[in-house]
Amino acid sequence: MPEVVIAGIGQTPVEEHWDKSLRELAFAAIEAATLDAGGLRPQALFVGNMLAPQLSQQAHLGALLADFAGLTGIEAYTLEAGGASGGAALRAGYMAIASGLVDLALVVGIEKNSDQIGASVDAALATNADGDYEAIQGLTPNAQAALLMRRYLYDHAVPREAFAGFPLVAHANGANNPNAMFRRAISLEAYNRAGLVSEPLNMFDIAPNADGAAALILTRRALLPPGYPHRLVHIAGSSMATDTLALHDRADLLVFEAARISVERACLKARINPLQVDLFELCDGYSIYAALSLEAAGFAGRGGGWELAQNGASPAEISLAGSLPISTMGGMKARGNPGGATGVYQAVEAAMQLRGEAGANQIAGARRALIQCLGGPASSAVTHVLEALD
Amino acid sequence: MNQPSDESILLKPTRRVGIAGYGAYVPRYRLPASEVARIWTDGQGGLPIKEKSVPGLDEDVATMSIEAARNALNRAGVSPTQIRAVWVGSESHPYAVKPTSTLVAEAIGAVPNVQAADWQFACKAGTEAMVAAIGFVGSGMANYAMAIGMDTAQGRPGDALEYTAGAGGAAFLLGPADDSLAVIDATYSYVTDTPDFWRRAYARYPEHGQRFTGEPAYFKHITEAGQAMLDATGTTPQDYRFAVFHQPNTKFPQRVAEMLGFKKEQIATGLLVPVIGNTYAGAAIIGLTAILDAADPGDRIFMVSFGSGAGSDAIVLTVTDAIQLRRDRAPRTQDYIARRTPIDYATYARYRGKITMK
Repeated sequence: MPEVVIAGIGQTPVEEHWDKSLRELAFAAIEAATLDAGGLRPQALFVGNMLAPQLSQQAHLGALLADFAGLTGIEAYTLEAGGASGGAALRAGYMAIASGLVDLALVVGIEKNSDQIGASVDAALATNADGDYEAIQGLTPNAQAALLMRRYLYDHAVPREAFAGFPLVAHANGANNPNAMFRRAISLEAYNRAGLVSEPLNMFDIAPNADGAAALILTRRALLPPGYPHRLVHIAGSSMATDTLALHDRADLLVFEAARISVERACLKARINPLQVDLFELCDGYSIYAALSLEAAGFAGRGGGWELAQNGASPAEISLAGSLPISTMGGMKARGNPGGATGVYQAVEAAMQLRGEAGANQIAGARRALIQCLGGPASSAVTHVLEALD
Repeated sequence: MNQPSDESILLKPTRRVGIAGYGAYVPRYRLPASEVARIWTDGQGGLPIKEKSVPGLDEDVATMSIEAARNALNRAGVSPTQIRAVWVGSESHPYAVKPTSTLVAEAIGAVPNVQAADWQFACKAGTEAMVAAIGFVGSGMANYAMAIGMDTAQGRPGDALEYTAGAGGAAFLLGPADDSLAVIDATYSYVTDTPDFWRRAYARYPEHGQRFTGEPAYFKHITEAGQAMLDATGTTPQDYRFAVFHQPNTKFPQRVAEMLGFKKEQIATGLLVPVIGNTYAGAAIIGLTAILDAADPGDRIFMVSFGSGAGSDAIVLTVTDAIQLRRDRAPRTQDYIARRTPIDYATYARYRGKITMK
């Protein structure tokens, strides 16, 4: 099977891009990735997007973005898996190259939330839950996470402020990322003072929904342009798994089973043990999801994920100075949560780390990264292993 | 955008114009923001102001405009028969069709040899009327024109705007510069089509674009208008003793002042929103009245309004010696603020007609 390399990466800042449309945002990322790849022209476009039909009244993003990017004629379509849409698009691109059917693939994650505001955005986000049994009862994504966090606090007798470490690390890392929505570190006092959004979640337990686009050019090593300037990164493992869509159908609410399975399969494919990665870009859309993701990946036992975020005598394990850095460019919490573009942002940021292009947040000697995005409470989970090649 | 910030963008009349008299009005009732929070959020969350002014059962934009206009006339010492225009800017005109301004003109004795019209540009309708009055007097068509910005602002019960939607405003009698207590040095207007806040026909309450009302609307237009005014007049913030900006809440004017390079002391005198709320078309200009109450001859004042939709009028003035004689001919703005009767949410709901029986 051909080796799949990441030839180009591109991203826009994550923020409320009031003055830019869906297509303009996506094009900015495509242009950046194409330039980064030395001008390679893709044969296929895989779009990761979650809510364009509801929020921008725009479906059919494949043809739209291919045309707007001057690629009219190429194969192009959208992959949708809720918040894991970006990861799904990346996996589709990976499979296209790995199968040998496509030589050059463009993967774009795009989310444009700010075309609408308030209740209509909440209603659109709720379509990611089970419409007949959850959303219709008023259950929102925030409420789902709140239910899981309350259960976690109860079952594992964890103090409420144990979750502070996740947003604290994310904001500290986001401070050095020019594309991050929030670029200021926060204090434990600020976390403890923050107002409740959906008890027990406070404002800092929830990543902000925002607009953003990220893009990747995937190909085979032999097709790279002469004099290719970047340290080469390849996709060593890829996996996607699903769990029940509705929370009430789960045997155990506090296990992200799809996340566990997809890590296991992606690492098996990469022939590694998860403990061999130098960083983990996970889903920190809610601080409770970060804890559950750490447990699902095997970095902590059941009920122990929060301990990796504790800052005792030494820095937290998940900080840049720890043994398992997460959210190295701010994660969803500080970089911002661009919905279905998240999985592509994670790949772009992990590639920066493995190329040695992560600036002030560079993890010294990083060679291998695990990235994982989730749709809802891990109803969908897409995991990739990225590795630097010498 | 893409316009030169040279002097050609300034709106300057051929004849120099000034403020002959000014007057403020604030209703006596106050609704603490904590009362709104008590009813709608179980007392949770931050409060954008301390309290807002609420009109009584017998008050509306017409009665309040009359009070302010009479104060302006008293300060000017001009006969109302010399007024050739009465213009009222508001987003709470009592009638959809039938001018507020005819009612005000009649009540202050300015009829019948007078132009009268109502202005509407969300929160900058007051400065819009002022700029028009400057043109009217500055062209020589009239010696005196009354420009008023007044509102009894609407906030949907439970909406973020209910905390701040206040009542009040100000009136300015514009006249020749040699008979003025403050000379208009220049005005500049910056306008784009930016739908950040609106109320459609027959709708009772306005709608807004949440955070869209901030960066792309309020901050963009005020900083563009303010900076263009500074550039075109070749002045810096240090050249002004006072500054006042549209004040929809406490934070926005503080932040926009900092963005333009003004200091806290410069905006303190005109920053009234914490104690009377957002008086919409009256918000920037009632701040100006509080500044004129405190200013000395020779002081320069920098004002930028903001109206949703969206646009900003920047106006710079220099206070003259006449301020000392005319200031005490009418109640000061702080007198109205001190005349205060706190009410609870239920009384507010009754006074503002929030409880509909049919």
